[in-house]
Amino acid sequence: MSDMSAKPNLSAAIQAAGGIGTAPVPHTEHGDHAHDEHEHHDQHWLWKYVFSQDHKTIARQYLITGMFWAIIGGTLSSLFRLQLGWPEGTMEWLTPVLGKWIEGGKLNPEFYLALVTMHGTIMVFFVLTAGLSGTFSNFLIPLQVGARDMASGFMNMLSYWFFFLSSLIMFASLFLETGPASAGWTIYPPLSALPQAIPGSGMGMTMWLVSMVFFIVSQLLGGVNYVTTVINLRTRGMSMSKLPLTIWAFFLTAVLGILSFPVLFSAALLLVFDRSFGTSFFLSDIYIAGQALPNQGGSPVLFQHLFWFLGHPEVYIVIMPAMGMVSEILATNARKPIFGYRAMIGSLMGISLLSFVVWAHHMFVTGMNPFLGSVFMFLTLIIAVPSGVKVFNWIATLWRGNIRFTTAMLFSIGFVSLFISGGLTGIILGNATLDIQMHNTYFVVAHFHLVMGSSAFFGLFAGVYHWFPKMFGRMMDEKLGYVHFWLTFAGVYLVFLPMHYVGIAGFPRRYYAWTGFDGFSQFADLNKFISMAAIIAFLGQFIFIFNFFYSIFRGRRATQNPWNSNTLEWTTPIMPGHGNWPGEIPAVYRWPYDYSKPGSEADFIPQNVPYSQTQSSNLPYEQELAD
Amino acid sequence: MSALTIIAVLVLLLVVFGLLFRLQILSSIFSGSFTRDIGMSNSVNAVLMLVFLIGGGGWFAYSFVENFGKMNPPIASVHGHHMDTMFWTTMAILGVAFTITQVLLFWYSYKYQHKEGRRAYFFSHNNKLEVIWTIIPAIVMASLIFAGWKAWARITGPAPKDSVVVEVMGKQFNWLVRYPGRDLKLGVINYRLIDASNDFGIDLNDQASQDDFTATEIHVPKGHPVLFKIRSRDVLHAVYMPNFRVQMYAVPGMPTRFWFTPTTSTDEMRAKLGNPKFNYELACNQVCGKSHYAMKAIVIVDEPDDYQNWFASQKSFASLNPDLVASFKQKAAQGTPKQAVAAEPKETVPAPLANASF
Repeated sequence: MSDMSAKPNLSAAIQAAGGIGTAPVPHTEHGDHAHDEHEHHDQHWLWKYVFSQDHKTIARQYLITGMFWAIIGGTLSSLFRLQLGWPEGTMEWLTPVLGKWIEGGKLNPEFYLALVTMHGTIMVFFVLTAGLSGTFSNFLIPLQVGARDMASGFMNMLSYWFFFLSSLIMFASLFLETGPASAGWTIYPPLSALPQAIPGSGMGMTMWLVSMVFFIVSQLLGGVNYVTTVINLRTRGMSMSKLPLTIWAFFLTAVLGILSFPVLFSAALLLVFDRSFGTSFFLSDIYIAGQALPNQGGSPVLFQHLFWFLGHPEVYIVIMPAMGMVSEILATNARKPIFGYRAMIGSLMGISLLSFVVWAHHMFVTGMNPFLGSVFMFLTLIIAVPSGVKVFNWIATLWRGNIRFTTAMLFSIGFVSLFISGGLTGIILGNATLDIQMHNTYFVVAHFHLVMGSSAFFGLFAGVYHWFPKMFGRMMDEKLGYVHFWLTFAGVYLVFLPMHYVGIAGFPRRYYAWTGFDGFSQFADLNKFISMAAIIAFLGQFIFIFNFFYSIFRGRRATQNPWNSNTLEWTTPIMPGHGNWPGEIPAVYRWPYDYSKPGSEADFIPQNVPYSQTQSSNLPYEQELAD
Repeated sequence: MSALTIIAVLVLLLVVFGLLFRLQILSSIFSGSFTRDIGMSNSVNAVLMLVFLIGGGGWFAYSFVENFGKMNPPIASVHGHHMDTMFWTTMAILGVAFTITQVLLFWYSYKYQHKEGRRAYFFSHNNKLEVIWTIIPAIVMASLIFAGWKAWARITGPAPKDSVVVEVMGKQFNWLVRYPGRDLKLGVINYRLIDASNDFGIDLNDQASQDDFTATEIHVPKGHPVLFKIRSRDVLHAVYMPNFRVQMYAVPGMPTRFWFTPTTSTDEMRAKLGNPKFNYELACNQVCGKSHYAMKAIVIVDEPDDYQNWFASQKSFASLNPDLVASFKQKAAQGTPKQAVAAEPKETVPAPLANASF
């Protein structure tokens, strides 16, 4: 413990916080978990490591699956960036990998659409929903609220394995003869409904839908568990107003998921009906491939409403866990309380609420009634206010801090920077008038890659670097972490800032090449530049992959509380076993952000230290609690 | 063989890298120099924050100015000019917010880096400050919403009664164009009537269809409101004309519309840009399949007189397809008018064109 601390002269009371905090607590639940521990000692490895019901193992499973998907998603993006950067170039050399999708040295345009579709699907759902929220909600909720495990370990296990099944199906669809789904990750019908329109809408789309159904099941099983655990299994003293912001973020994220994923389920189900059983929910008046289809009366716009009713909360499902973790990491490493704890919770709630009433800002020019457009413009721009509050509070947290630049801290600062840059352009896109020009251009692509793509990735990286010692009992290499951060940070800006210029010029997204239009051909050099930056930044991620796997086995051994943090997970043993705490679960007496409190010798006071032990630093109302 | 060699070299390089890395860690353990966070690297990272702010900010400013000339599509519509002003005004406001927040973020990161013996300031909240930075963005947002809403209502409001009507129909992978002819009424169309000779599915038994004509290029008159009636006959497409700041989806089964007033003729724009090959382009901006990226139409803005001449010289679809007209008559005579009955009632409503001046 001591080799990590900023102040080797930490008071003995804090050093031994775990012991002192827990000792006087009445042993109310002792019988239960003692029994548990014995039961799991001689588990078969299959139940211990594969079909595990332990939230920490499930979290690691989510993380590693998510990393696998991130590599796939990144590789796909490198392929289409090659096409966009060098539209006249030959791709003959990729034939050994892509086979028939390279025709005469050129990438097949339909496969190009499959690449962008799968890149979006994989990154949004499999990496940033399952990989980010799945990993850290699972890992941190029981540890930070002081619970032995999730409310239902079995459901939690099912949640991962439904995700795994969903992953298998989606992965298999990449190798189909007719290609994977190709209608964009938003799978707007009729394109996604008609194999005559694009071959990817055949078997590829079927597998996409089946995979997504399992994915939704997984999300719901997980979400119900997270919400139940946070509400019911908090340890003694852990009131909702003492929860770390991570938990608040995971909790609200889970609520969003539970309320919005069923709507995607319904959209997928109706689309399956239209595709396979001749219904006309989304189809009408279509003449395709020399044939007039019998479908009449359906509306493609209805699908968009259903899709974005999930789709918009989905972007907050992606970003809110990152917000929570960043708040926690910024406070810990600035050695300062998070600024405006209640405002942070309030803004998370505001964002959650508003996220359900802004979906149609994706549809200003889709033929929707313009009156709806003005309503949704109003609601959309309001969401900038709570987002702004969060940013100001993060910056205020840094002000007059005493900042330690751990890798996690760097990524958290990077997160705030990217969130600002990407969030601001949302104010353009949320304005229906300006969206007429910007809709479906690279301005949109640049906007959401900064604000929810890269930011969420930065949150994910920050989380991994910060909680790696708790996950694997070892430290990741900091030097490699620094290189990884600066390379990625610069790379992200080099890719996505110029992309705004391309978007302002009106370049449409999902274009295989812009060379056919005089109006869209002026940025060939810039596109090449973006492609090079993107590919280099992607290759840079292998530094992280190496660091991650190397450190699991050969990293420096972690201490119990390497970052001198206040939250409960650092009171567990270095590698917590099943049940998390070998003895009694510690009780909680204070909020998680007592950093650098005046009057306290140490610059942190863990949540499980009672006020009676910190007479010198108690505020007046706290002193009353101590007496 | 060469591939094998390359792979072998790469693998060797990786092994060497791995060994060096391990060596570095081991030696740092032995020398006891492994101080995880508060050392030299902390100040290096702090300085890098400042370098990133200045260097990155400088690069951004430079590249923005450098590319500014290329990123503004020339504007050629009345509302386009308003939109452009609103866009750059909003961008300026955002630029101020961007600069303030980013500078503070990086500057504080640098300034408040760890110093031995210093203690962070315990500052958990300040209601006054928080109210201020909630209210200021709220006011700015309110004004942006108001400006945006006013413009949106004007742009999407009903088209002037004397608008010139053009019908644009998207299909995989080109745009079909139809004009209402001298009666200024578009005839009924029905997707079940589509075949190789009748791309639109025009019902030639409808009286209003008789003088409708199709075109390969879209001609519109300068200075006169133009109403685009937009359809799709297969999947979603979107009519996107960056120069007019116009975008609207083409939805199968649901006709959509967008009206605008062109301000600059094609010839004038060519002269203005010094580019004799310039054309207004109409791009498809909703993914529609294999050749989505090549789905384009040319829009020509004529002086009103030229437009009138062009309009007058067009031959109706019916007159160019006598065989088709004959077959329609025959079918009608045989008493199978079902297809005509199946036509959508919404298109039989007279378009608001009674006072059109052409």
